[in-house]
Amino acid sequence: MSRPGSLTWFAGHELRLAWRDWFSMMTAGRKSRRRSVFVWVGLFVLFLHWIAFAFVGPFAHVAPNPGKPALIVVTASLLLSFSMMLSQAMESVTRAFYSRSDLDLILVSPARADRLFAVRIGAIALLAVGMSALVMGPFINMLALAGGVRWLAAYGVIVSLALTATAFSVALTYALFRLIGAKRTRLAAQIVAAILGATFVIGLQVAAILSSGTASRFAFLQSHAVTALAPETASLLWWPARAALGDESTLVAVFATSLALFVAAAFYFSPRFADCAILAAGTAQDRARHAARAPAAFQVSTPARTLRRKEWLLLQRDPWLMSQSLMQLLYLVPAALLLWRNFALGTSASLVLVPTLIMAAGQLAGGLAWLTISGEDAPDFIASAPVTARRILRAKIEAVLGAIAFVFAPLLLVFAFVSLKDTFVVAIGIVAAAVSATAIQLWFRTQAKRTQFRRRHTSSRIATFAEAFSSITWAAAGGLAAAGSLLAPLVGLLALALLGGTRWLSPAQT
Amino acid sequence: MAVSENKVPPALELRALAKTFDRPAVAGLDLFVRAGEFYMLLGPNGAGKTTTLRMVSGLLKPDSGSISVFGVDALADPVGAKQIVGWLSDEPMIYDKLTPVEYLEFVAGLWNVESAVASARASELLRWLGLTPHAHERCEGFSRGMRQKVALAGALVHEPRLIILDEPLTGLDAGSARLVKDVLLARVAAGSTVIMTTHILEIAERMADRIGVISSGRLIAEGTLDELRSRTGKGAASLEDTFLALVGEIAA
Repeated sequence: MSRPGSLTWFAGHELRLAWRDWFSMMTAGRKSRRRSVFVWVGLFVLFLHWIAFAFVGPFAHVAPNPGKPALIVVTASLLLSFSMMLSQAMESVTRAFYSRSDLDLILVSPARADRLFAVRIGAIALLAVGMSALVMGPFINMLALAGGVRWLAAYGVIVSLALTATAFSVALTYALFRLIGAKRTRLAAQIVAAILGATFVIGLQVAAILSSGTASRFAFLQSHAVTALAPETASLLWWPARAALGDESTLVAVFATSLALFVAAAFYFSPRFADCAILAAGTAQDRARHAARAPAAFQVSTPARTLRRKEWLLLQRDPWLMSQSLMQLLYLVPAALLLWRNFALGTSASLVLVPTLIMAAGQLAGGLAWLTISGEDAPDFIASAPVTARRILRAKIEAVLGAIAFVFAPLLLVFAFVSLKDTFVVAIGIVAAAVSATAIQLWFRTQAKRTQFRRRHTSSRIATFAEAFSSITWAAAGGLAAAGSLLAPLVGLLALALLGGTRWLSPAQT
Repeated sequence: MAVSENKVPPALELRALAKTFDRPAVAGLDLFVRAGEFYMLLGPNGAGKTTTLRMVSGLLKPDSGSISVFGVDALADPVGAKQIVGWLSDEPMIYDKLTPVEYLEFVAGLWNVESAVASARASELLRWLGLTPHAHERCEGFSRGMRQKVALAGALVHEPRLIILDEPLTGLDAGSARLVKDVLLARVAAGSTVIMTTHILEIAERMADRIGVISSGRLIAEGTLDELRSRTGKGAASLEDTFLALVGEIAA
């Protein structure tokens, strides 16, 4: 039993909360789901191992001291993980500052708040390790199985990357606090986190498109130009890659450096977090005061228009949601670039563009549909209005589809200059994917606060998978149609069948 | 208070209303509230007050029974009934990202209030509730009292004939509570009907024309304060004593 207020006591408290939070998120608060959660997680991990086994074969026997091309690919993979970890850690740090929950209680207690924040910084690193290990673990395990235990050193590199990412994210968020103040940091940090998460993967794709006109990152990384530009194999830059390939002394050096960075960050920033948390607590009042603007004329319109306007206004004014949506839209950048380049060169890249746009539309529509249909902050109030439930739902669906049209119409317009036929295909695909995702959210709607957006996927596994598969299938149908394949209608029918099956499984039907 | 003649349909008429969740929440409730009345619904925790009011407001469907609002059958014509009802719960139902003016625009739009009329009412309500200086600030930074006042303005902006309030004074400071009470009394004086639940018996004692006491989903007593006192045989006692005696009778 640890002494109340000590570091281990806080660690125990946080660990218990985190475990219950995760478990409640996975089971959507239903005790009956406990066993199935373990079964599904187990099956998912096995499935990832199976996928990994198919991929890692050619790389398992890469020498511990390879040449530049292999070092470039491994380093790029590690940088990809690092950018994701950095993004996730920044998001976690922002939540540690702004989500009040038990923070007020701890700040008013005589316990040392710096200990709590030290524990929370540790928890952020642990989360980053856990998430990365879940995704990369199967690949490492399969590499170890096929190429020897030296590959297990990659776990050490994951821990090192997580420690470094946490240290950087804490420093970056604190710097933002000091530079732009508590009020703006929330939005800025969330947007920076979204951009960091996507920058590296998108940057690589953009570089690949600009240099070779293809979206293949792998081909780009192994190109002569990149190999020629990369530093020599003795460079420090390759240390993480060497460590991941099983070079023990390099692994020790990489881990020691990361640990030193992490300890320094935790030691330096923990005492300062309490001040930041207090500053963050005052931002709600501050924000309200600054929101005052020149008043617009009082406007009342029909119930349907009123509902649509409300949904758009709320979407537009939610910075956190903006950053979440931005994350999805950022992945459209390479598609847009490919479109622009294709337009300039007069060649066809529809095979990449059409499915990308359709899938992005499906994903975005799913998120927006959840927010408008399930994420209603005043459900009782809306239900007490003299408007039929059908009319309310119709207005909300129109709000979602309107937002999708607003985002994708400009892209379609540009697309029309490249190919009218492909524009037609992509327009149909966007409508189909968006309508399908919205319908799935409608069938599986559950009442929740908009702030629970991150948890939307846990309300129904069927809805989550159906939404993802629907977008993928529509994207595949669109890609095949653009390529002129006769399989396109068949895949389209498959998408419709998937939708029908989802409807059959939905609570509304059962 | 101005209570209308019998020819006017009752503001609310409940007949054998019933709703069961895990156990019966409302069990064959009969209730009759006259137009222009300030009716206070009292009862211990879990008595079925909120469930009753949620059914009247169209937020819950009863298992059986009937609900009539100013002669409109709320089960057959829910939209027609909602048009003349304003609802306010103890938890303010507002949007953090909207300003009070935008919120009132939204409410007026849902109730189809004509723009110029809604604008004038909104200004008046905001002024009356002391919200004019904050009319164009987003609600996210508002205190609980301010949020409750915004929600009250929303419940009144469409000039409902029947105003239903479920614990509207919870968490309000003395000044805000006084404002809300004044606004409600003014509405009753202007001809609206108010049905309100509260645990603050002093408020019921001061404001209500009639008081209904429910327990275990049934109406166990109803009348003016004097009538209730005489029923329990405690002529000089406070409402608190009367209430406890009535509820105690049932519990025994």
